[in-house]
Amino acid sequence: MHHVILGTGPAGVIAADTLRKQDANAKITLIGGEEEPPYSRMAIPYLLSGQIDEEGTYLRQDKGHYETHDIDVMHARADGVDSKNKTLVLEDGKEISYDRLLIATGASPIRPPVEGLDLPGVHTCWTLADAREILDRALKGDDVVLMGAGFIGSIILEALVSRGVKLTVVEMGDRMVPRMMDETAGAMLQRWCEHKGVNVLTGTQIREINRGKNRLDVELSTGKSIPAKLVVVAAGVAPNIGFLEGSGIKTGQGVTVNGFLSTSATDVYAAGDVAQGKDISTGEFSVLAIQPVAADHGRIAALNMAGHETPHEGSLNMNVLDTIGLVSSSFGAWEGVKGGDNTRMCDEDGYRYLRLEFDGDRLAGAQAVGLTDHIGIARGLIQTGLKLGRWKDILMKSPERLAEAYVATAQGISTV
Amino acid sequence: MGWTGKVLRVDLTKGKCASEDLNKEWADQYMGQRGLASKYLSEEMDPKADPLSPDNKMIFATGPLTGTCASTGGRYSVITKGPLTGAIACSNSGGYWGAELKFAGWDMIILEGKSKKPVYLCITDDKAELLDASEIWGKSVWDTDAWIKTRHQDPQMHVSGIGIAGENGVLFSCIINDLHRAAGRSGVGAVMGSKNLKAIAVRGTGGVKVDDFPAFLAATSAAKEVLAENAVTGEGLPTFGTQVLMNVINEAGALPTRNTRDVQFDGAHDISAEAMAEPSGKNGKPNLLANQACFGCTIACGRISKVNEEHYTVQNKPEYWHASGGLEYEAAWALGAATGVNDLDALTYANFICNEQGIDPISFGATVGAAMEMYEDGTLTDKDTGGLKLKFGSAEALTTAVELTGKAEGFGAELGLGSKRLCDKYGKPELSMTVKGQEFPAYDPRGIQGMGLTYATSNRGACHLRSYTVSSEILGIPEKTDPLVTDGKADLVKAFQDATAAVDSSGLCVFTTFAWTLEDIAPQIDGALPGEWSVDKLLEVGERVWNLERQFNLQAGFTAKDDNLPKRLLKDAAKTGPAKGLVSGLKKMLPEYYAARGWTKEGVPTNETLNRLAL
Amino acid sequence: MLKALVIDPGKCTGCKQCELACSYVKEGEFNPAKSRIRVFDFHQDARFVPYTCTQCAEAWCQQACPVNAITTNEWGVKEVHDSLCVGCKVCTIACPFGTVNYNASTGKVIKCDECGGDPACAKACPTDAITYTDIEQAGFDKMRHWAAQTDAGSRAGH
Repeated sequence: MHHVILGTGPAGVIAADTLRKQDANAKITLIGGEEEPPYSRMAIPYLLSGQIDEEGTYLRQDKGHYETHDIDVMHARADGVDSKNKTLVLEDGKEISYDRLLIATGASPIRPPVEGLDLPGVHTCWTLADAREILDRALKGDDVVLMGAGFIGSIILEALVSRGVKLTVVEMGDRMVPRMMDETAGAMLQRWCEHKGVNVLTGTQIREINRGKNRLDVELSTGKSIPAKLVVVAAGVAPNIGFLEGSGIKTGQGVTVNGFLSTSATDVYAAGDVAQGKDISTGEFSVLAIQPVAADHGRIAALNMAGHETPHEGSLNMNVLDTIGLVSSSFGAWEGVKGGDNTRMCDEDGYRYLRLEFDGDRLAGAQAVGLTDHIGIARGLIQTGLKLGRWKDILMKSPERLAEAYVATAQGISTV
Repeated sequence: MGWTGKVLRVDLTKGKCASEDLNKEWADQYMGQRGLASKYLSEEMDPKADPLSPDNKMIFATGPLTGTCASTGGRYSVITKGPLTGAIACSNSGGYWGAELKFAGWDMIILEGKSKKPVYLCITDDKAELLDASEIWGKSVWDTDAWIKTRHQDPQMHVSGIGIAGENGVLFSCIINDLHRAAGRSGVGAVMGSKNLKAIAVRGTGGVKVDDFPAFLAATSAAKEVLAENAVTGEGLPTFGTQVLMNVINEAGALPTRNTRDVQFDGAHDISAEAMAEPSGKNGKPNLLANQACFGCTIACGRISKVNEEHYTVQNKPEYWHASGGLEYEAAWALGAATGVNDLDALTYANFICNEQGIDPISFGATVGAAMEMYEDGTLTDKDTGGLKLKFGSAEALTTAVELTGKAEGFGAELGLGSKRLCDKYGKPELSMTVKGQEFPAYDPRGIQGMGLTYATSNRGACHLRSYTVSSEILGIPEKTDPLVTDGKADLVKAFQDATAAVDSSGLCVFTTFAWTLEDIAPQIDGALPGEWSVDKLLEVGERVWNLERQFNLQAGFTAKDDNLPKRLLKDAAKTGPAKGLVSGLKKMLPEYYAARGWTKEGVPTNETLNRLAL
Repeated sequence: MLKALVIDPGKCTGCKQCELACSYVKEGEFNPAKSRIRVFDFHQDARFVPYTCTQCAEAWCQQACPVNAITTNEWGVKEVHDSLCVGCKVCTIACPFGTVNYNASTGKVIKCDECGGDPACAKACPTDAITYTDIEQAGFDKMRHWAAQTDAGSRAGH
């Protein structure tokens, strides 16, 4: 049995490890597109802030992990899949035959159609190679412009601030992290960043970037021009599915999969940022490009590849973000569900916010700013659909008692 | 190290909070909590000041063991001049609030002046601010607790504050933290109310360190073993709570009944620990649902009870159907035996209301007892009481009275004066069972002679917690003495007073002393604090604290004449039980006590005594 | 023999000795805010519930960690390695029990590791509400069952 895994992000590596646990004798080939050991993009901000070195980003920290587990790691990029002949075609023309294939090719940054994005000094922040460039260029006191204050942009924001640069963030949406949090939370984050000395421009676009004298001039939709030594582009990502054109493997937003993470082609599976898996909140299939989903996908796809039929019940969209020390998180249907109730608690001075969305007496979504203790409970409540009963009424008045509500409900503690 | 070294000073008049260093020299002499705060109070205010004026100060103080793993290490005390007594007041409370203050980084809070408008003090670690309390002024302790936690979105905040009673100047109003733990006596709640301070909310996320961790852990572990193996602290208190005493004291003929006319109560069993454990009501659940520990306490004597849902007091009030702090012995006695009421649910309900509105149940019950006697002898008429039929044994009278007193409405406003002022007002001062204006608690000095001297000499007015000789005279701890004789009681009272003053200055609970001697306590304090803390040093600190408090009271205008008991105890012999025919032998014990203390015949510490104690 | 922390809330009095013991062992000071075990106080229901990590077999926190900083030791306990943890907090939202918490003062996450086989909380508990027991005992099965209720992703095949 030969398992080929395309992609060395968390989904790919977890799949490889899971396959090895399931089958001691199978041949496992793990193919990465970058000339690096499998690493975590999530760790790049911490590399930029100097908390870790490059080795600290590696997905497996035990020495010789892949050799020990007899996993062949190779560096190559895929050009196509011949699913009829069960063959993977690489960009260098080589072909690799497989018995089972996992597509875990992840996503790549979007480069918006803005003039000047190809100039030297303009970088995405996605790969270790990008990180090395940014480490060289973003030095203390330098003018840096960050394009995009979505989830990824905001994570990079913290790393850049920790490097002591003079930072301006330009976000075309009306607030920071518009797809993760609501207006109240977005505004709170913005106020916090500004308080920490970051210039945040929301509702603003970068029109073009021009080469100036020893610097870049960033022209804004407001008519203003700001100088920059470095422009970091964080304008979103898109699944890497281009190489599947003509393969017959169905794609939509990402690679289309069924409830077992199997694609339209026999013995081909998909996982992680590239896969359009089931979203537990909506019941629909969509791309949820987050680490915990990649981990779940990788493990479940591998179990199916190994012949253990394992359904993927669905993933929960959730994110956690540390913005210069202010931690925020969002879970599930944080914008609410039709006909559901919601409750909010907002402490503007204390930079704390909690919004809960209910579907009947079940928690459907949540977002939190400045609250970290036991916050995973929001996931537990949403994912299990635990009926909150009388605790829902308590939470409507006092949402901060979420942890109590969970413990009491899960343990069946009732009024005396 | 033990101490955080930081004091929060709050000027309510100016609305300002400031941090200052703890006076280390005083800390070494007075340890903490009761002792150290009494030193601050004595140094900083005129003992003659009106307790309800802005000139009175108020200190919330923890001990060096508060917030550590020492068993019961969660206590704090409120030290101020008491409005019920005019004496120095020191009311000690458990729950979690004291430890939380320590985790926020503070040894004590000194409150001075008076706020122009209602405020509450909000402390989050090193940040302290006075916030507008207009929305909670007029609310109960329970509603205030919920409001503050919701307002600050923090269910882990701990709140200490007053109910409507404290706002209205009820002279025996108390300060309640964690919903049902009370800094109960001497009217400290009224002082807080007079300052327009509704509550102090605390959230602490810092740590408490001790001087020598290995020594401290060894000492506290050994001491916990002692508690666990002791019959009282390891079994009696967790199972029955302090209510274990109800039947014991009744049998000893020392249960003051119906305003202390009798020394035994025929309804004692109905309101005892045993009754609390019996199934009652439709669902067959007992009154007692669980026992609760205060912070760090391995004894867990606290009662969590509920009122039977069918009982007349709550049948139409589902808001009282939940569990809350249940009856402790002193409360059960005051609400029950002192009033002749044997309805356990009525007592539990009255106790709930006391907690909800911040009323000291001991003084309240005793005052109702005095009012009942005046009602029955015709001194008080229906016109005076607004139709309240204050007959001994009437549960309805008791529960209506507690509701009225909590809100200071109708005759409740008069009850709120306390027994002494009420009896004075109606021309029957001899019917007030008080010392220095404070109602005495649940032990009749005719049946337990040492308690007569205890009440008479207590620095905060009649109180059992200044020298609990019941321990020796009834329970035989640390050794048995005869409760019916006066011989040796002067020395016994002095020894208990000094040891208790030391325990009350440490952050520990005095209930530990059912099992612990100072030999068990000293190593724990020694491990927590720099310097050497031997048994001798603790006794010296205790004696110093006692004399300091005495000095405060003497300067406030008290004299030896105030070291007295109501005539009833000195003239009317006990009618039943082992003490039948006896009166209190205070007259004999008091001079012996003064001598043992190194005081003059007028009850004033001699210069030699003051010098010996570095006062 | 595999052992586990077994919690019987019916015996808990709310004294918080477990929080004190835990924070002392882990932080070198008495600090309930940094304890890996927390006692919930359901005052109106007369219940106290000590609450900590159940060391689930296929741990969500471990799988969500992007840098392999959470590993399983020989007793099945999930341990956070501070030297590897970058403080990304993904495990704190991934753990559906909320028992992995972020410690802002170190920039790392903290969770119960059963003190390497000698849990301080169980030793400190005066009422045996927390015991460290052979996992075959019924109490632990109940906890695992509870854990399984949260298992909306799939755990089949294990």
